[in-house]
Amino acid sequence: MTFTIPIENGDAVKIAEAESQRTLYPYVTGTSIVAIKYKDGVLMASDMGGSYGSTLRYKNIERMKAIGKHSLLGASGEISDFQEILRYLDELTLNDNMWDDGNSLGPKEIHNYLTRVMYNRRNKFNPLWNTLVLGGVKNGKSYLGMVSMIGVSFEDDHVATGFGNHLARPILRDEWHADLSFEDGVKLLEKCMRVLLYRDRSAINKLQIAKITEEGVTVSQPYSLKTFWEYSSFHNPTASAEGSW
Amino acid sequence: MSQSAVDVPPKGGFSFDLCKRNDMLTQKGLKAPSFLKTGTTIVGLIFKDGVILGADTRATEGPIVADKNCEKIHYMAPNIYCCGAGTAADTEAVTDMVSSQLRLHRYQTSRDSRVITALTLLKKHLFSYQGHVSAALVLGGVDITGPHLHTIYPHGSTDTLPFATMGSGSLAAMSVFEAKYKEGLTRDEGIKLVAEAICSGIFNDLGSGSNVDICVITKGNKEYLRNYMEPNPRTYVSSKGYSFTKKTEVLLTKITPLLERVEITEVGEAMEE
Repeated sequence: MTFTIPIENGDAVKIAEAESQRTLYPYVTGTSIVAIKYKDGVLMASDMGGSYGSTLRYKNIERMKAIGKHSLLGASGEISDFQEILRYLDELTLNDNMWDDGNSLGPKEIHNYLTRVMYNRRNKFNPLWNTLVLGGVKNGKSYLGMVSMIGVSFEDDHVATGFGNHLARPILRDEWHADLSFEDGVKLLEKCMRVLLYRDRSAINKLQIAKITEEGVTVSQPYSLKTFWEYSSFHNPTASAEGSW
Repeated sequence: MSQSAVDVPPKGGFSFDLCKRNDMLTQKGLKAPSFLKTGTTIVGLIFKDGVILGADTRATEGPIVADKNCEKIHYMAPNIYCCGAGTAADTEAVTDMVSSQLRLHRYQTSRDSRVITALTLLKKHLFSYQGHVSAALVLGGVDITGPHLHTIYPHGSTDTLPFATMGSGSLAAMSVFEAKYKEGLTRDEGIKLVAEAICSGIFNDLGSGSNVDICVITKGNKEYLRNYMEPNPRTYVSSKGYSFTKKTEVLLTKITPLLERVEITEVGEAMEE
């Protein structure tokens, strides 16, 4: 990729190459991810849309993937960078398996690895344009954390990325409590995803919910939420205000 | 500069006379004063018998809270109230102006004001200023045609909605509304939902804070509940008040009178020529 070519203006070539390699803007993006801790582990929800600017180009993108036996990674932001991160994690877990010593990487370790990767890329002004949500259960302890594209990393009982920060967080702060049952957890996530569906322009009505417990990861089949549009004010909103809209 | 000595009637629309001078000053390095914004959460919803408006009470000037308990629900008419977000001066001025126009109109027509009258007056004014009057409003009221709720954006566009939120905390408040609004709410349910939405803005948005103001308007009646909820009291207040130690030492009790004023009335010498 960068072998030295003995040219006069060699530096200019190298600099030109370097310039074109940095991530400047995201192209195909995924919207928010919402995740909560519940009684048996972690629940994560995301929709399946990939937007190309203002076009909804891809409608079948799985933005949540299982990592090893104990973790679940969800990503919003640039999809190609997410796929790159999955490759890095594949190498990591492969190396780990080759040791064959009965140990396996837990969510805390993977979260730390991702934080280092994201922060170091940011320092080189070439970020991976993602906000990652990492959830997992190991040895009975559930873990939920988040890393942003500039390397901000923390763990919490409930996290949301992108638009979810503004629309889902207030609901989660009010209504999350420890030891939610599976049904209550799903209902809470669906409540947040429905608000996002109404108010985020890049959301689509095709979502998946992923569950991770001590037993492992299950990602649900895609399904859609019921929406309500029958308010009487929506039927003829300008009945009394002729000429406005 | 034009030499207009004669009284020429103003042409209407925005007067851009001072823009050149402002440009010149910023080029010379003068920083324009930051506006007093109301970085806000304002909401409105229609319930069974009328309209409920809600607002927080924090006014910010950049990162500083300028007013901890300002009033963002403005009076327009006995049956119409308007919440304002954006630049505080703009919301105050525009609502005052339309309020007085509505009163004159009421005198002329001998009828109660209608909400769409206020709506049209506001949107005409804001549009003519092309968004430079930074006022985002939630207008609600009950008139002869029923309860109405509208939002007005700084550029002059309007929406007619069953529930609405504006301001920096609008997303936090809207998430509460989208999750919990239903049609045909009773008065108490409506007030509870509005207070919840404003609290969501207060606690999740940095531009909003302090207390919750609520205004309930029904046919023929209005209730302005100032500081309906105060979820941010001062945490540590000394119950005894401030007490200074009793033993204040007296150092000196001597009264030194000022010198008496003496008037000198001598006849001065005549000045030399």
